[in-house]
Amino acid sequence: MNALPQAFSDWFASRGWAPRPHQLALVEHAARGESVLLIAPTGGGKTLAGFLPTLIDLAKLPSRRPRALHTLYISPLKALAVDVARNLDTPVEEMRLPVRIETRTGDTPASRRQRQKTLPPDILLTTPEQLALLVASRESARLFESLKTVVLDELHAMHNSKRGDLLALGLARLRTLAPEHRTVGLSATVADPKPLLDYMGGGALVRGLAGAAPQISILASDTYVPWAGHIARYAMADVLEAIKRAKTSLVFVNTRANAERTFQELWRLNEGNLPIALHHGSLAPAQRRKVESAMTKGALRAVVCTSTLDLGIDWGAVDNVICIGAPKGAARLVQRIGRANHRLDEPSQALLVPSNRFEVLECEAARDAVMAGELDGDRLRIGGLDVLAQHVLGTACAKPFDADRLFAEVTSASPYAHLTRDDFDKVVDFVATGGYALKRYDRYARLRRTEDGKWRVAHPRVAQQYRMNVGVIVEDPMIDIRLQAKGRPTGVGGRVLGQMEEYFVEQLAHGDTFVFAGDVLRFEGMHEDAAYVSRTHDPEAGVPSYNGGKFPLSTFLAKRVREMVSRPESWAVLPDPVNEWLRIQEFRSYIPQPGQLLVETFPRGSKNYLVCYPFEGRLAHQTLGMLLTRRLERLRMRPLGFSANEYALAVWALRDMSGLDMGKLFDQDMLGDDLDAWLGESNLYKRTFRNCAIIAGLIERRFPGREKTGRQVTFSSDLIYDVLREHEPDHILLRATYEDAATGLLDIARLSEMLARVKARIVTKRLDRVSPLAVPALLEIAKEMVAGEAHEDILRETEESLIADAMRVD
Amino acid sequence: MRCVSTDDLNIEVNGEILVLDRSGAAWWPGQETLVFADIHFEKGSSYAMRGALLPPYDTRTTLRRMGDVVARRRPKRIVALGDSFHDRQAADRLDAEERAALSALGRAADWVWITGNHDPAPPAWLGGTVVDEIKLGRLVFRHEPGAMFQPGEIAGHLHPVTTVTRRGRSLRRRCFVSDGRRMVLPAFGAYAGGLDLWETAIRALFDGDFAAFMLGTSRVYAVSGAAVLQTLRRTAAS
Repeated sequence: MNALPQAFSDWFASRGWAPRPHQLALVEHAARGESVLLIAPTGGGKTLAGFLPTLIDLAKLPSRRPRALHTLYISPLKALAVDVARNLDTPVEEMRLPVRIETRTGDTPASRRQRQKTLPPDILLTTPEQLALLVASRESARLFESLKTVVLDELHAMHNSKRGDLLALGLARLRTLAPEHRTVGLSATVADPKPLLDYMGGGALVRGLAGAAPQISILASDTYVPWAGHIARYAMADVLEAIKRAKTSLVFVNTRANAERTFQELWRLNEGNLPIALHHGSLAPAQRRKVESAMTKGALRAVVCTSTLDLGIDWGAVDNVICIGAPKGAARLVQRIGRANHRLDEPSQALLVPSNRFEVLECEAARDAVMAGELDGDRLRIGGLDVLAQHVLGTACAKPFDADRLFAEVTSASPYAHLTRDDFDKVVDFVATGGYALKRYDRYARLRRTEDGKWRVAHPRVAQQYRMNVGVIVEDPMIDIRLQAKGRPTGVGGRVLGQMEEYFVEQLAHGDTFVFAGDVLRFEGMHEDAAYVSRTHDPEAGVPSYNGGKFPLSTFLAKRVREMVSRPESWAVLPDPVNEWLRIQEFRSYIPQPGQLLVETFPRGSKNYLVCYPFEGRLAHQTLGMLLTRRLERLRMRPLGFSANEYALAVWALRDMSGLDMGKLFDQDMLGDDLDAWLGESNLYKRTFRNCAIIAGLIERRFPGREKTGRQVTFSSDLIYDVLREHEPDHILLRATYEDAATGLLDIARLSEMLARVKARIVTKRLDRVSPLAVPALLEIAKEMVAGEAHEDILRETEESLIADAMRVD
Repeated sequence: MRCVSTDDLNIEVNGEILVLDRSGAAWWPGQETLVFADIHFEKGSSYAMRGALLPPYDTRTTLRRMGDVVARRRPKRIVALGDSFHDRQAADRLDAEERAALSALGRAADWVWITGNHDPAPPAWLGGTVVDEIKLGRLVFRHEPGAMFQPGEIAGHLHPVTTVTRRGRSLRRRCFVSDGRRMVLPAFGAYAGGLDLWETAIRALFDGDFAAFMLGTSRVYAVSGAAVLQTLRRTAAS
């Protein structure tokens, strides 16, 4: 207790609290000037712990003093920054501390943001993007020279992402501008704290007391568990019952489309009119704020939400968390469960609701992992070269930089620790003149050398471009969804229902149905820059807006699911239909053992199927599907299409594939030329390129009103991609794209590890008909046709149907 | 059938048979004339002047694609439908290699440079004839399609593209647009963007039905406009 000054001890006592050991530990480390990583579950007074040393420090200062920034707090969510600022007001006011606290987000008025650079508060609460802007401003050196402490909140959610790269570079800048400052990292429980400590630049580790173990139940039916799908409609009555039993529930789903659908299903059953709300990322911000404030007031019984509420403001009233669908990862599950009951000594209540058979296995595996205290260790990403390019430009905007010094600074950031000098120089060259082998843009350079060899911005316009482009979140181009007036042709009038991603709208054909804003809609066509739709009574939407989850199944959880499947003695805990499903699989085909890859072949209808079970997540399976069908095409198997889910991949072809050498088919060399050829035409890859090109500052991000629609940008980045790939396939931006896609949308990294792991351990089963394990993969809604000549096929078919239409004589 | 078709797509415009080449050029066998629209040389460097350092290879890609189709068709005459250079200084920004490639193309046939809104006059060193428009046979070639209907008009300027959607996939590509009486060519330049068919600028040109012919990898495909299909004739590639 002696670590706390009297005023603070008294304040704790006046609230009836005793300072927690980890709060005192942080004060002690601060007194020694040490950086600290605090790992504690939610509800442990973690944020206050992070700020206590700052408040103690500031309490010692005279109330009349020159304005200087003492502590910078960075959160991944601006709402959280605002909430934390509000919570800090309580001790500051009650102890009458002479402390000035301000937030700075994209919503802060420009005049105040300008003033904050010259007359800063003692404590500034902000986001990684705002930090990037601050370190790129000319005032940065003066602003940060007084900095004593940096507090990084929800560090586990930030460090291993592109935003984490941006933040790491900003923090490296701060270490140069204020070498004496200390860093406090605040994190939820993680599998391995070392990467977080490295990210912070080192420090002591303090662990908060573990909370009471959560009580996790899994909703399982002994009569019916769906074979496939992600909606869990069968369980909605039980979910509503669970909501009735609790005071306030958070109902987590994995995708926005599922949120819409679950919300709809719950209200269909909600005869008592329980106040149940919906919260997801594409609802209008005002609507989201309304739900949040109703939640804070305790006016809601449940909110159906997506990962938008994984982090964020503490809602004390939540006493029940329901997770619908696959948990995807143990850490994500812990995070979500932690949203209930932010008090340490009471166990959190959680209900997992699997929406299909594989998800039953995944829920069991996740519960086991959480109860055993084991969490997924994420693959650490390598700092993005596109983010680095943005940072290099920002650094030059603040003041001319010396390349040697900046290289040393950048490589002190853990995501860039392994950056080579050659790549760094290429990035600087890219920022300066585009970095092309054909040196033609010297006279248009954005950066120029000063006489003493430093790099400066060539024109004030460049700094302005930088400020417009800062950040690593690239929004997808959106398209208006208009409701077509009855009996009127497409394109005339129509109320705007909202906006959807362009890439989703582009894959719709006339007559397709989908769910949007709580309705099932029928796509009528595009006109001008809007998609026209009509309402339909069809209860089944044909096209999901996301196929399954956005997050892939974690490697850690996949391993546990694989192990669970491999051990029949562990099946006893499973509901009867799932147990029976696995037993018949064992009898009819084979249960793959850890390390093995099961490949089944069987005929069905007029087609021949090949189904394999890598358990590596949908993204990796889709990539595998693209590559396998290329090979099968070359082997003249006449592949027709494939479908992938989180666990399996099914390919169908005209010819019987059972005689193939599977070892050769699944050989790692598919990641060579086949992959390269596919990347040239993959839309996913071109989208990745577009994002990298925007982040790196090659093309500008769009702002409402500045360009008519997103279509033109998408188009021109594709043109740039084609030309750059033709002339300079090793260009730094194409490398950035590859690295991004390899760990992102295409998950090549994971596919590569899988192929290496199963080498010579492929078990082939030649079956006379479909196996139980294969059914879910065959039932997946999202099917891909073969990649090979797919583009020409689309055109040929369109032409043929046009001709058939024209030649019909009825 | 999975075989790659290399059939040419022929259409009739105002009584003249034109072959729609997969490169985006139009080939008029009757007059041994090849037509390019909206080449936009040096659009990349034009953007670079304004701070967007796009890969400086668009002219090379465009020249390579032109060279390919010229080698295949061996035209006597080449008509460039205007906006051949992205801006007035574009020709000065070509490097020696690009100038040489362009000069070689210039010697391969008799060039007719139609002036566009981007490039009132192509550089003198290129040779060829420079005109506002030219009438050949039953066709008239100009940059911007006229508001007043004139049968046989072959124009560029609008950069038409369209989207086809099938089996959950969509494909957005450049296209030729014609109603059998006039035709708009797709832009040829590697960095030339596109204007969707639904844009009123394109629709306004054709009062009735019109067809879109989309560029594929191995040939051009008719993708919309049933009424003018009777003008389609297929001939096997030689």
